[in-house]
Amino acid sequence: MRRAFLFLLAAATLPGKDSCLDCHSQLPGDLQKPALAFRDSVHLRNQFTCASCHGGDPNSDDPQVAMSRTRGFVGVPARTAIPKLCAQCHSNPDFMRKYNPSERVDQYAEYATSVHGQRLSRGDTKVAVCVDCHGVHNIVPVRDPTSPVYPLNLPKTCAHCHAQAAYMAPYKIATDQYANYLKSVHWEELSQRGDLSAPNCATCHGNHGARPPAVSSVAAVCGTCHVFEAQLFEKSPHQPVFSSLPTGACVVCHSNHAILKATDRMLSGRDAICSQCHEPDSAGGETAAKMAAMIGSLQKKIEAADAILGRARDSGMEVSDAIERQTDARQSLVKARANVHAFAVPVISQPIQAGLAIAAEDYRAGENALHERNVRRKGLAISLITILIAMAGLWLTLQWIRSRRS
Amino acid sequence: MLPTQRGSRAKAVLAWLEERTAWDSIREFVSHKAVPVHSGTIWYAFGGVTLFLFFIQVVTGILLLVYYRPTPNDAYESVQFIMTRVAFGWLIRSIHSWSANLMILAAFVHMFSVVFLHAYRRPRELVWFSGVGLLALALAFGFSGYLLPWNTISYFATKVGTDMATFVPWIGPALGRYLRGGNAVGGATLTRFFGFHVAVLPALTALLLLVHLGLVQKFGISTPPWVQERFRRSGTEIPQMPFFPDFFLHELMAWYGALAVLGALAALFPWELGEKANPFASAPAGIRPEWYFLAPFYTLKLIPGHIFGLEGELVGVLGFGLLALWWVTLPLWGGRPDGSVRMKLVTGAGVALLAYLATFALLGYLR
Amino acid sequence: MQAGEAIPRGRRSVIFWILGGGFVSSLVSFLYPLIRFLNPPAVSEAAVNEVVGGKVQDLTPNSGKIVRFGAQPVLLIRLTETDWRAFSAVCTHLSCIVQFDSARRVIWCACHNGMYDLNGKVIAGPPPRPLQEYTVNLRGGEVVISRT
Repeated sequence: MRRAFLFLLAAATLPGKDSCLDCHSQLPGDLQKPALAFRDSVHLRNQFTCASCHGGDPNSDDPQVAMSRTRGFVGVPARTAIPKLCAQCHSNPDFMRKYNPSERVDQYAEYATSVHGQRLSRGDTKVAVCVDCHGVHNIVPVRDPTSPVYPLNLPKTCAHCHAQAAYMAPYKIATDQYANYLKSVHWEELSQRGDLSAPNCATCHGNHGARPPAVSSVAAVCGTCHVFEAQLFEKSPHQPVFSSLPTGACVVCHSNHAILKATDRMLSGRDAICSQCHEPDSAGGETAAKMAAMIGSLQKKIEAADAILGRARDSGMEVSDAIERQTDARQSLVKARANVHAFAVPVISQPIQAGLAIAAEDYRAGENALHERNVRRKGLAISLITILIAMAGLWLTLQWIRSRRS
Repeated sequence: MLPTQRGSRAKAVLAWLEERTAWDSIREFVSHKAVPVHSGTIWYAFGGVTLFLFFIQVVTGILLLVYYRPTPNDAYESVQFIMTRVAFGWLIRSIHSWSANLMILAAFVHMFSVVFLHAYRRPRELVWFSGVGLLALALAFGFSGYLLPWNTISYFATKVGTDMATFVPWIGPALGRYLRGGNAVGGATLTRFFGFHVAVLPALTALLLLVHLGLVQKFGISTPPWVQERFRRSGTEIPQMPFFPDFFLHELMAWYGALAVLGALAALFPWELGEKANPFASAPAGIRPEWYFLAPFYTLKLIPGHIFGLEGELVGVLGFGLLALWWVTLPLWGGRPDGSVRMKLVTGAGVALLAYLATFALLGYLR
Repeated sequence: MQAGEAIPRGRRSVIFWILGGGFVSSLVSFLYPLIRFLNPPAVSEAAVNEVVGGKVQDLTPNSGKIVRFGAQPVLLIRLTETDWRAFSAVCTHLSCIVQFDSARRVIWCACHNGMYDLNGKVIAGPPPRPLQEYTVNLRGGEVVISRT
C-alpha cells in the first residue's frame, strides 16, 4: 500500500524534473549508461522518470534524499520482481488509457501462462523477463525498427538465450531453432522481401505467453495463414495418423523452424518426403507418384507455352494477350500444389485440368503467331518478287529506249 | 512510244487534255530537263529517294490516323490495336517507323552529297537554305512522331529532349513550356505533338518543298566544279542524260528498291510496341534517343557539369546552335560571289562534320 | 543492238509485259494490304477505359466473378439485385487472385487468409494496401466496368 502510494507519488511528480537523469548523465562509465539509454525511450517521451520504476524522489538533487529507502527507492529490482513491476502500469487499463487507449493490458496475464513465467514463479531466474526482450532503459515501441522485438529483430532476441547451448543445457531442449529459422522461407520473406506479416518466433509461439504449440494445435497455428492447406489437411487421411506423431501435422513434412520453400521434389524423386513412409507400390505411394506426375505435366505445358510465346514475341509478333493469360495457368498450378494437402488425386485434378486447358490455348496462340509470322514472310517474298519484276521491266525499258535513240 | 492497239483513242484523250491544261508547256520544260553524267551521277538520286520516302510517310501516316488516338489513356492501346487487330496494321505501322528513319538517313546522304559535289554554290544558295530547313523539319517530324506511341522510351526521350530545350538562353523555359504544353510531359504534350506532326509540320514541309523543288527546276541539276572544269578545258559538252525518261526510270528503280527494303524491314524486324509509359516510374537505365539525335546526345553527356562558370548543357546547346548557324550559312563562306568554291575548306568541313556525327552516334550507341 | 535498227515487235511486247506486269503486280501487292487495313476489324475498338463484364443476368445476387480488364483481372461482385461492386482482383500481399466469399460477405484471398471488406479495405491478414476500386454501370442489359 505504502509502496503503491509512493509509486503513484513518483509518477505524479512535477513534469520535467528528473534529478536522477540529470545527475547520472554526468557520471562516468556504467553509472552513465542507463541515463543515456533512457534518453531515447518511450517512457521518457511520456514523461516518466527513473523513479517510476526505481522509486526514490526525482525532485531532489540530493542523492541521499533522491535514493533514500524512505522515499521508496528500490535500486536494481530483483529479476523475479520485474514482471510484476512492469505490470503495475501495463496491466492497468485505466492507467494505460491515458497514454495509449488501444494498447493491450494482458501481457502479464499471458506471461504467467508461458514457460518463462511459470519457471520464474518457481524461482528460475535464467528465464526471460520483460527487460530481456524489450530492453531495459531504452525501451521503444514494438513498431520502432530499433526495438529488439521489432519483427526483423525478434528472432535474434530469442536466439540470445535459445541458441546458446551452454546456457540452455539444464533445460534439455534444442538450440538449433534460430539457425534453422534463418534457412526458412519465412525468414527470407521477412528479411529480404520486407513482408512484416511473415511469421517470426512470436507468431507461432506467442510473445508474452510463449510456449510451443501442442501437437494437436500445430495445424491450427500454421492454418491461421495457410488456411486452404490446413482445411484440406484436416479432412485428409494424414490428419488422424499425424496427430499421433510427436511432432504433429504440418511439421512432419515441413519441419518446424527450417521451413523451406515447398517444391515438387517433396512429392517424388530422391528427396521425396512421401517415400519416407510410403512404399512405391502402396496406395499412398501411388497417389504421391500420380500427383507428382500431374503437377509435373502442367508445369511442363506452361513452360512450353512460355517458350513458344517468347519465340513469337521475339520475332516481333504481338502475343501480349496470351502471355497475360499464362498468369491464369500459373494460378492453377499454385492451386493444384496447395490441393496436394488433401492427399487425394481427384482433388488436384480440377485445377490441373483447368491449367492444362489454359496452357494449351496459350500454346496454340503461340503456334498461330509463328504461323502468321511465316505467312508475313511469304507475303514479303511475293511482294519482293513483284518489285524485282517491276525493276527488271524498268531497266529493260531503259535499255530499249536508249537503243532506239542510238 | 510503247506499242498499243488503242493508240488513236489514247491520242484523242490526250488532245482533249492538252487543250485545257498547261500540259504542253510542262512537256516542253520536262523534255529539256537533263542530268549531267559523271562518276557522281548516282548521288543525284537521293533527293528523289528522300521525297519518295516522305510520300510513303504521308500515305502510311494518313492510314494510321484512321485508328490512332492521341490521348495518354488511348494512345498506346490504339497502337497496340493497330499492331494486333487491324489487318496489315503491323505492316503500315512498321513501314511508317522504318521509313521515318530511312527518310532521315536519305536526307543526310542527300545533304552530304550536295556538300561534296558543291551543288550549294551560286546561284543555288536558296536551295541549300530551304534544304537545311527541310532537314530540320524532318528531325522535328522524327521528334514529334516518336512520342505518339506513348511507350516508356517515347516518354523519356521526349522528357530529355524538351529538358534540353530549356537550356536555350533567355527563351529556354518558355520554349520548354511551349513544346510540352505545360510544365511536364503529359497529355498536353501528346496532343500538341500530334498537332505538330500531322498538321503544322506537313504544312511547313509542303511550303519549303515547293520552294526547294521549284528552285531545282529553275536552275537544273548542278554539275560538280571539277567536271565543269574538265569539259571546259577539253572544249566538249558535258554529257547529259535526259531526266525523262532515262533518269526517271533509274529513279523509279531506286524507289522500288526502297520499297523492297521497307517491306523486308517491316516483315523481318517489326517495330516494337514497348511498354506503356508510366510518368511516375524512373527512367530505364541506358535510355537514349533515336540514332539521328545520338551525336548531340552523346556530346552533351561528355560535357562536364560546369565550364567557365556556365552550365554544361547551356554550353552544349549554344554550341549546337552555333554549329547549325555555321552549317546553314555554308554557301556564304564556302562559295565566292563569282560562283567558285573554297573546295578544300568545304570538303574538309563536310568530312569533319560527317566524322563527328558518325563517331559520336556510334559512341552514343555503344556506351 | 545495232544503231538505227528497230527492235523486233516480239521483243518489245515482252518488255511491255514485264514492265506492265511488274507495275500492276507490285501495285496490287501494295494496294491489297492498304485496302484491307481500312476495313474495320472484328473488334472495333481497343478496350481501354471500360470493359463489358457480361450480361446482367449472368451473375446472381451475392456472387462474384473474375473479368479481364485489359491486362488485369477484376473481381465483379453483385451484392444485391441492384448493388454491384468491382475491385482489382490482385491481392496486394503477394499478387494471388482474390475471390468473393458470399457466406461471410467479404473478399478473401486463399493464399494467406487476407480479407478485404466490400469497400476494398483490408480487414484481416497480411495485405498491406486496399484493393483498387472500379466503377460499375449497367447499360442495355450489360454490366460495364470502368476505371473510377
